[in-house]
Amino acid sequence: MRKFKALLMSGVLALSLVLTACGSGGSGNSGNSGGDGLIKVGVINNPPSESGYREANVKDMEAVFSEANGYELKTFYSIKNDEQLQAAQGFITEGVDYLLISAAETTGWDEVLKKAKEAGIKVFLFDRMIDVDESLYEAAVVSDMAKEGETAVQWLLSQNLSEYNVIHIQGAMGSDAQIGRTGALDAQFNSGAMNCVVQQTATWDEAEAKKIVESVINSGADFNVIYAENDGMAKGAVAALDEAGITHGVNGKVIVMGFDCNRWALRELLAGNWNYDGQCSPFQAQIISDIIQGKTTVDSKIIINEEKGFDAATLTQADIDTYGLGE
Amino acid sequence: MAGNIKKKFSGGLGQLTIPVIAIALLVIFNLIRDPSFFSVGLSHNNDGNIVLAGNLISIINGASELAVLAMGMTLVTAACGGQDISVGAAAAIAGSVFVKVLKTSPDISGGKVLLAFICACIVAMLFGTFNGTLVAVFKIQPMIATLILYTCGRSIAYWINGGATPTISSPIISAIGSFIPGIPIPTPVLIVVAMAIVFKLVFKFTSLELLTQSVGINGSAARLNGINSTFIKLLSFIILGVCVAVSGSIGVSRLGLINHETLLLDIEMDTILAVAIGGNNLGGGKFKISGSIIGAYVIQMLTITLYAMKVSSTDVKAYKAIVIILLVVIGSPVVKEKFGKFVSKLLDNRSKASLKGAQ
Repeated sequence: MRKFKALLMSGVLALSLVLTACGSGGSGNSGNSGGDGLIKVGVINNPPSESGYREANVKDMEAVFSEANGYELKTFYSIKNDEQLQAAQGFITEGVDYLLISAAETTGWDEVLKKAKEAGIKVFLFDRMIDVDESLYEAAVVSDMAKEGETAVQWLLSQNLSEYNVIHIQGAMGSDAQIGRTGALDAQFNSGAMNCVVQQTATWDEAEAKKIVESVINSGADFNVIYAENDGMAKGAVAALDEAGITHGVNGKVIVMGFDCNRWALRELLAGNWNYDGQCSPFQAQIISDIIQGKTTVDSKIIINEEKGFDAATLTQADIDTYGLGE
Repeated sequence: MAGNIKKKFSGGLGQLTIPVIAIALLVIFNLIRDPSFFSVGLSHNNDGNIVLAGNLISIINGASELAVLAMGMTLVTAACGGQDISVGAAAAIAGSVFVKVLKTSPDISGGKVLLAFICACIVAMLFGTFNGTLVAVFKIQPMIATLILYTCGRSIAYWINGGATPTISSPIISAIGSFIPGIPIPTPVLIVVAMAIVFKLVFKFTSLELLTQSVGINGSAARLNGINSTFIKLLSFIILGVCVAVSGSIGVSRLGLINHETLLLDIEMDTILAVAIGGNNLGGGKFKISGSIIGAYVIQMLTITLYAMKVSSTDVKAYKAIVIILLVVIGSPVVKEKFGKFVSKLLDNRSKASLKGAQ
């Protein structure tokens, strides 16, 4: 039964492949000039409900690829790879000029991207890489999570504390963000430059982060840095500090570091309650738009998006308005 | 009074034997591991209030949401012979409504917090009614019926606020979530106590306890005796809805932030466990809410103990599972029966011996 199903599926897939190849072959030359002179862009992304990051990412795409800027935008949001693949298939059939993909999974995209290439559709990857040959896409605008962690750790080292006793609260183990943000700090622990008081995952859960910090406080261990891998967990950690009467932030006993740059978190920085917030930039649309319009040329297929890190001492309200996510 | 206690002990603690033994074992284990584990001290928090601090406070405070949910879950379990697995998702919805109402205007007054809580209650009770209708009227297995809300609840919570992590900051909210100025006991603990008292009073002045038990033991027999079993089942879900709203609001108030994806994540499993550790029959029937509350504290104490031992939080669940298997096996009827026989044999021998001594 299963075999039959697989056979049927591959049959349908092959058939649709032939059909779309024929279909787009016919309309291929009318590709670049859409009906009313707009550039047709199909965006396949994860849903905005996924995270504050995604919400900002989706909004940024919609703002940059607007009709005013000369684009006709088609979007599809799903966290399921197969649904994303179907939608990509659909966009190719409809005949978009550019296909922008942030894939749910790194595998399974070969066929679709080959088909897009045959149809003369240029593919850009953003935010996430896909396991395919480089020739199948124009460029990939991605974040370097490891660099993001590195930036944060370098900032921490530049504070020249006499000793570093760090509580490290990790995100969901195995996620890109966790691996990147953990790596740089782990290197410091291993080299002995920083002392790891506790390293625990709170799986992005604010309340869990609070419990972890509480247990450290109750154990009487000394610490002067909290390195939380997202803003929510940093907030949880700070709640534990507040209840225990431990000062934090600028001029406080404990340095508080978060990631993601939610607006509310940046406001905590501005108020001096936290010290540092790192960002994995969700703003890739402008870079892609510039490439499409020929304003920038691509030297390498992989473009690393510039990552930001904000210091409470230098943060301004303007930064919050420009780079902050959510509300 | 002394006679009363003696009578209670000679008859055993009954249903509460397992949770009390569990908590005693954990306490002894911790005292051996670190004699100062339970030391409680007074300290100033960053608002300048004098507050209680220490592992014991962390445990009692941290288990608040779980304890409140466990009370409601006990009732649902007793009446329906099944569990509601959507409490975490429903709490995310209730918490979102709570935040939504608070965010309608920038200033937050006491009255507005109350209004927000009432709105959260109403919404949670509506979802409780939805679950309850599926279970009581359409006779769907509770776990299947609540699977619907379990699956879609957190998406609904997202729709309510539209943002990933809306935040609220107000002295009133932090008073609910951590400490009221001048009172050194964490407010969530006071809320648990208040809820427990409400349940106690309801059971004292109404026949809800008896009706729930009879519906749980044999629904058709109860109906033949003129008890509206459909209504009792529905009511249990609505009461659970109130508990969900309370714990959701506590969860939000703790940090002044709602993350619909992580608020009270996986709490449904801990809640069911608390009910089970409390010695309640998961198939319905007789129940003791006090058992479930102790069960909630057992789970929390276990978690905090493991954290204090610096067990990696990814491994905590595995260790928790081991302890829980032990507890459930010890509490199983087979072991209880064997143990009971062993004890009575022992007592027999001893009474024989004392008889001999008298001769």
